[in-house]
Amino acid sequence: MTAGEVLCKQVSVFLENKSGRLAEVCQTLGRAEINIRALCIADTSDFGILRLIVDQPDEAVAVLQAEGFSVGSTGVLALRIPDRPGGLGTVLGQLQEEDVNVEYMYAFFITIAGDAVVLFKVEDPMVDTTLALLERAGVKVLTAEEVYRL
Amino acid sequence: MAYGDDAVTLSRDEIDALQVQALRETLERARRAPAYADRLSDISPNDIRGPEDVRRLPLTGKDDLRAGMPWGFLAAPRRDVVRMHYSSGTTGLATAVFHTRGDLERWAQCVARGMLAAGVTEDDVFQNMMGYGLFTGGLGFHYAGELIGCMTIPAGSGNTERQIHLMQGFGSSVLHIIPSYALRVLHVCEGEGIDPHADLSVRVIFVGGEPHSEQLRRRIEDGFGAKVYNCYGLSEMCGPGVAMECAQQHGLHVCEDHYLAEVLDPETLEPVPPGELGELVLTTLCREAMPLLRYRTRDIVHVIEGECPCGSRHARISRIEGRSDDMLVVRGVNVYPLQVERALLDFDEVGRNYVITLDRPADLDRMTVAVELAQAGFADEMRRLNALRERICRRLRSELDLGVEVELHEPGALPVSEGKAVRVIDRRNQET
Ligand SMILES: [Zn+2]
Repeated sequence: MTAGEVLCKQVSVFLENKSGRLAEVCQTLGRAEINIRALCIADTSDFGILRLIVDQPDEAVAVLQAEGFSVGSTGVLALRIPDRPGGLGTVLGQLQEEDVNVEYMYAFFITIAGDAVVLFKVEDPMVDTTLALLERAGVKVLTAEEVYRL
Repeated sequence: MAYGDDAVTLSRDEIDALQVQALRETLERARRAPAYADRLSDISPNDIRGPEDVRRLPLTGKDDLRAGMPWGFLAAPRRDVVRMHYSSGTTGLATAVFHTRGDLERWAQCVARGMLAAGVTEDDVFQNMMGYGLFTGGLGFHYAGELIGCMTIPAGSGNTERQIHLMQGFGSSVLHIIPSYALRVLHVCEGEGIDPHADLSVRVIFVGGEPHSEQLRRRIEDGFGAKVYNCYGLSEMCGPGVAMECAQQHGLHVCEDHYLAEVLDPETLEPVPPGELGELVLTTLCREAMPLLRYRTRDIVHVIEGECPCGSRHARISRIEGRSDDMLVVRGVNVYPLQVERALLDFDEVGRNYVITLDRPADLDRMTVAVELAQAGFADEMRRLNALRERICRRLRSELDLGVEVELHEPGALPVSEGKAVRVIDRRNQET
C-alpha cells in the first residue's frame, strides 16, 4: 500500500476557547451534509485544535474556510487494532522500536468486526517506514476511501 | 561637606530674568543643530524680551526627533558628547538624546534639588530601584544620590527578594522606584513575613516613571511608613528631575532655571488659562548637546497657582493627569501601539488586527497582545502554535523592552483596525 492510498485527510480547525465555537463548526458541517466520523480536541487555556475525520474532507475544509475558520488538512493513518487487552500497546511498542514518533492519536466511535479503529498522526517523513513496519507486524491499515465511507 | 543648591532661593523676578538670558543663549546654541538651523533663521536673540517670548520659537514634536535621527538635533561637536540615552524600540520609532559632561552635571543637580527638598542628606542610604542602562530612570538619580553624598546602591529594577534583602541588610532609608513596583515589593514583604514598618528603615520614597493616583501614593506611604514624593521627567529632556515635589507634597516644582514650561491647549496650541488642564511643553535652558525648543511632552497637567509654603518660587505643576497621544506606560516603560503594530508586520502567520489589554493582577502591570491567527500560521500541532506564540512574545519583548503575553485568536475575532481607541483596553485602575 502506498502513502497516497492510506493517508486520510484529517480536517483541523483552530478554535479559541470561547463558548459556542465548537457548536458552530458542527452546525456548519451539518448544513453542508457532511458527517463527522471521529474527532478529538487538544487545548490550552486560551486556544485549541479540533481534529475531525469526516466523510467529505475537501468539502469540509472549503465550507469552514468560507465561514472564516482557520482550517488545515493533515494526513493521518487509520489502523485496525484488535479489540483486546494489550492490542494498542503492542502496536505502539513496535512503532517505538523503529523510532516512529506518534504525535497524537484518537479512536473512531465504531469498530470493524470487533477491531477498534485508531487514528495515528506520525511525522510526515516517517509515513513510509511506518507502513512497512505495520505490514511486517500484520497490523491492518485502512485506505482513505474506506475511512471516509465508515 | 554637605551639598547645597542656591537656585531654590531665587525670587520670581530673578527666575524670569534668568530664563530670558538662558533662552537667548539656547536659541544661539540650537541654531547649530541641523534640524533647527533653517527653522530659526527669522528670529534673533533680541526678539526674546520676556519668558513669554518663547512662543516665537517653533514647537518640536516626537516625530521631529525621529526625522532628525541620528544626529539632526545635536548642537555640540560630537567629541563633547559623553553620554547617549535611547528610547526603546527597533522599528524606526526610537529616538536618541545626547549629553555633554556639563549636561550630566546639571541633570544630577536638578534631581539632587528635589532629593534635598524631601530632606535627603549624606547620612542616607539610597537604594535606586529603577532600571539602569538606556532607560534614564536609574542613572538620573544615581549621580544625584552620590552628589548629595548618600551611600548609593545601584539596585536596578527586579529581583524583589534581593531588593528586600538589601533594604534589610543595609538599612536603606531612601528609595527610587516606579509606583506599581513599590506595591509589588509590599506584596512580597507580606508573603515573606516582613513588616516594612518594623523590619525596614525606609523613610523617603521617590516615585516616577509612570502616572499614578493620589490614592496609590497613600497606599505606598502606609505600606512602608514613609513619605512618598512624585518625580517628573522624560528622556527627551534628561530623564527624572524636570520637576519634583517638595515636602508639601502639593505639586511638583519645575527646575525653572533649567526648563521653561508652558501649558498649552493640545488642539489650538495656545496657552490655557492659569490652572486649567493642558499639554506640558518644555524648552531646555541650559542644555549644550541637544537643546530642545518647545518640546511637546504630550503629558497633560495643570499649573498650581499661588506661592508654595516651602518658599521656592519655581512654578508648580500637577501630577500627570493624562496624555494627548496614545502612549501607554507599562511597568514604567513607554509603549506606543505603533511599535506593536510594526513588530507584528514581521509575522505572516498572524493578521494585522491586534488588541492590547492592560491589567494589574497582584499589583503588577500585565500587557497582553491579542492577535489573529492567519491561514499561513495554521498548524495542526499544539507545539507549533505555542512556538509561534513564543516567537511573537520574543519579538515584542525586544521591541518594547517589556515582557508581554500573546494570545492567539481566530481570524475575525478582533475588532477591525479603525481608531486607536479599540486597540487598547486599560483595566489597571479598575482593580486598585
Ligand atoms: Zn514647595
